[in-house]
Amino acid sequence: MDYNFFIQYWWFIISLLGALLVFLLFVQGGQSLIPQLGKTDLEKTMLVNSVGRKWEFTFTTLVTFGGAFFAAFPLFYSTSFGGAYWVWMIILFCFIIQAVSFEFRKKDKNFLGEKTFNVFLLINGFGAPFLLGTAVGTFFTGSEFVINKENLTNPMMPIISQWINPLHGLEALFNPRNLLLGVVVLFLSRTLGALYFINNIGDATIQERAKKQLRICGTLFVLSFVTFLVVTFLAQGFAVDSQSGIVSMEKYKYFTNYIQMPIILAMLLIGVVLVLFGLVKTMFSKTIFRKGIWFVGIGSVLAVLSLFLILGYNNTAYYPSSFNIQSSLTIYNSCSSLFTLRVMSVVSLIIPFVLAYIVYAWRKMDKTSITKEEMQEPGHKY
Amino acid sequence: MEELVLWSRAQFALTAIYHWLFVPLTLGLGIIIGIMETIYYRTKNEEWKTITKFWMRLFGINFAIGVATGLILEFQFGTNWSNYSWFVGDIFGAPLAIEGIIAFFMEATFIAIMFFGWNKVSKGFHLASTWLTVFGASISALWILVANAWMQFPTGMTFNPDTVRNEMTDFWAVALSPIAINKFFHTITSCWVVGSMACIGVSAWFLLKKRHIDFAKRSIKIALPVGVIGILLTIYTGDGSAYQVAQKQPMKLAAMEGLYKGQTKAPLVAIGLVKPHEKAMQDKENPYYFNIGIPYTLSLLGYRDIDAYVPGITDLLEGGYPTTDGSVPLSAKEKMESGKKAITALADYKKAKKEGNLAESNKQLEILNANYSNFGYGFIKDESELVPNVALTFYAFRFMVIFGSFFILMYIIIAYFIKKKKPYENYKWFLYICIACIPLAYMVSHSGWLVAEMGRQPWVIQDLMPTGAAISAISTSSVATTFIIFCVLFTVLLIAELSIMFKQIKKGF
Ligand code: HDD
Ligand code: HEM
Ligand code: HEM
Repeated sequence: MDYNFFIQYWWFIISLLGALLVFLLFVQGGQSLIPQLGKTDLEKTMLVNSVGRKWEFTFTTLVTFGGAFFAAFPLFYSTSFGGAYWVWMIILFCFIIQAVSFEFRKKDKNFLGEKTFNVFLLINGFGAPFLLGTAVGTFFTGSEFVINKENLTNPMMPIISQWINPLHGLEALFNPRNLLLGVVVLFLSRTLGALYFINNIGDATIQERAKKQLRICGTLFVLSFVTFLVVTFLAQGFAVDSQSGIVSMEKYKYFTNYIQMPIILAMLLIGVVLVLFGLVKTMFSKTIFRKGIWFVGIGSVLAVLSLFLILGYNNTAYYPSSFNIQSSLTIYNSCSSLFTLRVMSVVSLIIPFVLAYIVYAWRKMDKTSITKEEMQEPGHKY
Repeated sequence: MEELVLWSRAQFALTAIYHWLFVPLTLGLGIIIGIMETIYYRTKNEEWKTITKFWMRLFGINFAIGVATGLILEFQFGTNWSNYSWFVGDIFGAPLAIEGIIAFFMEATFIAIMFFGWNKVSKGFHLASTWLTVFGASISALWILVANAWMQFPTGMTFNPDTVRNEMTDFWAVALSPIAINKFFHTITSCWVVGSMACIGVSAWFLLKKRHIDFAKRSIKIALPVGVIGILLTIYTGDGSAYQVAQKQPMKLAAMEGLYKGQTKAPLVAIGLVKPHEKAMQDKENPYYFNIGIPYTLSLLGYRDIDAYVPGITDLLEGGYPTTDGSVPLSAKEKMESGKKAITALADYKKAKKEGNLAESNKQLEILNANYSNFGYGFIKDESELVPNVALTFYAFRFMVIFGSFFILMYIIIAYFIKKKKPYENYKWFLYICIACIPLAYMVSHSGWLVAEMGRQPWVIQDLMPTGAAISAISTSSVATTFIIFCVLFTVLLIAELSIMFKQIKKGF
């Protein structure tokens, strides 16, 4: 197996982690739905405890996504985080306040008051998916940076990656295509959140309300996602010449990538079908259909995975620079050495095992739904 | 530039210090909870379940905020140490990724069962989950410390001039570096001490209030052996740390000892008052206002040989001091020259390569390789930059060792009370000391990090990259702003955490 194989393999792993992260944003989506779904304190408690038992997964996936990106594509790590400083910082702030809120909100003497922690959960619930989506939008639209490795030989100013835009990442918020992806991810997370509650909470009132929200959010998600796909397919993409490594703009690049890689196209299509099936079945079935989360969840993982894959594969620059197009990052010019990728690949063989114990633990814990009764019993609760 | 570096350092230090306020308790108390639940599992005695659950509540409150602060540390390597992330990312990223894949998921999965699974899974599975949470936390410590140790002693890699970065060549040299192993054991066992002291201190408070006397005494009985094993191993591995510092980071050792002029049969300063750095530089003979030394011990500690020559700060700057292997060390000036040569050779190599001049590029490559071990010195402008903050390192080290050893005394006293069946719940003075030991243990643990991290300045990667060259190109005001936000946010969260913690303790078992 050559260098090329390992680079592609690691782009796959990163994409998979990214896709799983988007799925796990159902926690954030769920948080953002609490005011609409929970009218009484007890109902709110059920909702919070329902997503609260899963938030660590989302959080840890974010951390691992970061760590794996660092290990496999360090130039991205140093260029994007150090450059688009403010966007990433704000995203991190959104997550810091979430991490404590579940545990602290109901505790006596929590200093800030329960309300504040509920607001923290809302900020995270809306802010994190929207901003993560917007930040990933720049993978399609480009950012303003230059990379010059020779800078290291200048002891006065040895920094390799330089961000040109003084807004340091906030400029991403002024690009409608980035915002559109932010909206897509936000509504997807709310859709998944509603589906998760239907699955996880054994309470007819909440399920009904969640179904109502699902109709709104699910529809908006589908509409915004289709718009995003159309806009992206029509847009120019950042293509790389496989021989010289020279980057240039190419018409319909992302669409072409799907056509040239039919397996990835199939992934997208299957994903879309699963999402639509799950949505329609949950929205319109007479009785409560509780398995929607799995169809929409797996479907969205496949769709997002396919989007990440067309960003990196088929001679495409996944983190383009609109300021200096030749500085754009491709999976080839930003990756770790063959040796490191090999070592990491061995480590990655543990991932299926990790997934297996997560699934096992999840099923054990979710055998019984969350009910009002459980929330009133003594025991550890958020 | 200077200011940006300072703010970036301050921000990293702030967040690391906050993270470290929570991590030791997770690692230490985790073990104690695991033992308590094991006893519950074995005896089926519901009282042990009550005890376990009480400490678990405290664990959970602490854990949440530990996670919140850890997130920021991880991403700061990218946001604030961008150049660093490229220069060594090929090696440094791997442990972080492994930590996520292997350790964090284990923690995240099983902690949910530990807290919410009491009535959902079997007793045995619950016990396993508790231990897996603790185990996960400990492996996460292992990998992050592997990363940290590598910065103190870079190994298992080579510099690639084409990609302009260091690349890994030997994973096991990184993962099993003796520095890493020692650091891991020193850190984790010291966390057991912190956890055990926290458990004992809180229990002492109950005794003082005459509440839950039985539960409190039982808790102490569990915390005691954890602490005893912890402190013995801490001291053993601490000695190992000092030995390694002497070998790999002689400047740090000299700073730890306030040693300016080197000597054989060097004494270890037990207590002393060091003069300010400038004054001490002029008066190398006696850099202390006063001091009490224990003869030979420094030579013994650093080199396992009472006759060994321990170089001081001045020797390290001037070079040419005697070494055990007979080599002649370069002076700081020579190293800076050599570093500049390496940097220039790298620039010329790149140029020749672009021009397609093979002969020239090979020649430059040779110069680069010959001087690479001093690469970082090429960024140093003045040799005074090479000396870390002596006073701080000196006092922090003494604080750790002296108060660290004091804990042994505490454990001996407690063990004696328990053995002789003394009614120590009535010894108010003693209970107060136990409570005071909680903040003390944290301070000891933090001073350890101060020694390790401040003592290695100006290096972010020993000899290869100074802190100043590691930063991201962002405006100073941005970093200052995020610093202030972090400072306020973390302080507010810390207040909330402490307030909740105190309330939960007041509520009792
Ligand atoms: C994996 C790496 C790593 C680990 C485990 C730690 N640090 Fe660190 N530390 C760094 C990596 C680092 C760094 C990125 O390399 C910094 C930033 C600037 C520098 O010189 O080193 C640093 C700086 C730094 C400073 C500032 C020194 C200065 O003035 O520049 C302090 C006080 C600490 N750290 C303290 C800690 C504490 C309390 C830790 C316990 C959790 C800790 N460090 C763990
Ligand atoms: C710069 C260095 C460090 C980084 C980047 C870092 C990163 C992190 C991150 C991202 C988390 C949250 C994980 C989650 O999602 O569950 C975390 C938690 C944790 N970290 Fe660190 N960490 C650092 C230093 C350390 C050190 C030195 C130790 C121990 C020796 C340590 C031990 C832990 C533990 C035990 C947790 C579990 C949460 C808790 O604190 O209670 N970390 N760390
Ligand atoms: C009593 C004998 C002790 C000795 C001789 C000792 C020695 C050392 C040395 C030399 C270092 C610096 C290592 C480096 O720079 O890489 C260190 C670091 C440290 N010490 Fe200690 N120590 C002792 C006790 C303690 C105690 C009691 C604690 C905490 C309860 C503690 C906590 C730490 C921590 C957290 C670090 C930073 C991590 C590391 O670098 O390993 N130490 N110790």
